[in-house]
Amino acid sequence: MTVSHSELVARVEQARKDDDWSPVTDAIPYARFLGLHAEARDGELLMRLAFSPGLVGNPSIPALHGGTLGALLESAAIFQLLAEMETVVLPKTITVTVDYMRSGRAVDTWASATIAKHGRRVASVHAIAWQDDRTKPIASATAHFLVLGRDDEK
Amino acid sequence: MTEPIPLPKSRVLEIMNQAFRDGVPHNKALGLEIVDVGPGEGFAAIRLPYAEQLVGDTETGILHGGAITALIDATCGAAVFMKLAKPVAIATLDLRIDYLKPATPGRAVMARAETVKVTRNVGFVRALAYHDDAADPIASAAGTFMIGTKGRSVAQRSKRAPDDGSGT
Repeated sequence: MTVSHSELVARVEQARKDDDWSPVTDAIPYARFLGLHAEARDGELLMRLAFSPGLVGNPSIPALHGGTLGALLESAAIFQLLAEMETVVLPKTITVTVDYMRSGRAVDTWASATIAKHGRRVASVHAIAWQDDRTKPIASATAHFLVLGRDDEK
Repeated sequence: MTEPIPLPKSRVLEIMNQAFRDGVPHNKALGLEIVDVGPGEGFAAIRLPYAEQLVGDTETGILHGGAITALIDATCGAAVFMKLAKPVAIATLDLRIDYLKPATPGRAVMARAETVKVTRNVGFVRALAYHDDAADPIASAAGTFMIGTKGRSVAQRSKRAPDDGSGT
């Protein structure tokens, strides 16, 4: 299944109206592979990483693989940009820095993101991930994205 | 200290890949394969095969950044592990990844990580991801790892090892 960029942008615009982001995550094979879901909750957009055994990095604890938390945080940041930016463009990741604070247990993980600065070319976004207790983050990230429209790239 | 009995590299890789994949479900899910290691030298090279399910953008077929992140995290961890005198569990403390250019659709991605310094508590690593030429990288990364965390490492899991008391 191929979803064109114009179709993806249309799905994002519709999701902003409906508060239903599943048509957007459904268009991303990796989001389905990992179990990433974007969900509007109480006026904010949250990213949920549904636990599955294939996400485990250390079975003896068990703990989630660090890469899965990095992907969750990066996705939360991208979806926050898609939700908030004036004209929808697909952000390109420049850099992501992930801090790991606690091991991720074998349950669902949530993430939220806030846009620290949205410039003409670059957006800086902070994201945080938690499990049962939002005040006890398990990981956080700072990410920078190129947010150029197609015309700007030419 | 006694000198370790040298094993052929292919046998070392075979043993390591078994523990790496069977012991770490997410490595197996991604299809990661260790292609080179430097025991005692602190380096590792790992291959991520291209797969449709890891695509982030179906119009271009480009892999999602998350899959590259997981590849780099696993490779950095393996490099630190190679530098340890005895196998203990390690955990990522932080990881910065710079995305230099998109991966080419349809091609496997390699990551190669080298430790910069490994102390009793912390391992410092640098890594590059590329297709076949490290001089033309897709991503570069720097990470730190805590050494000796709760839980047993992949290598310890095969035989129950006592806690070495070096928890975080």
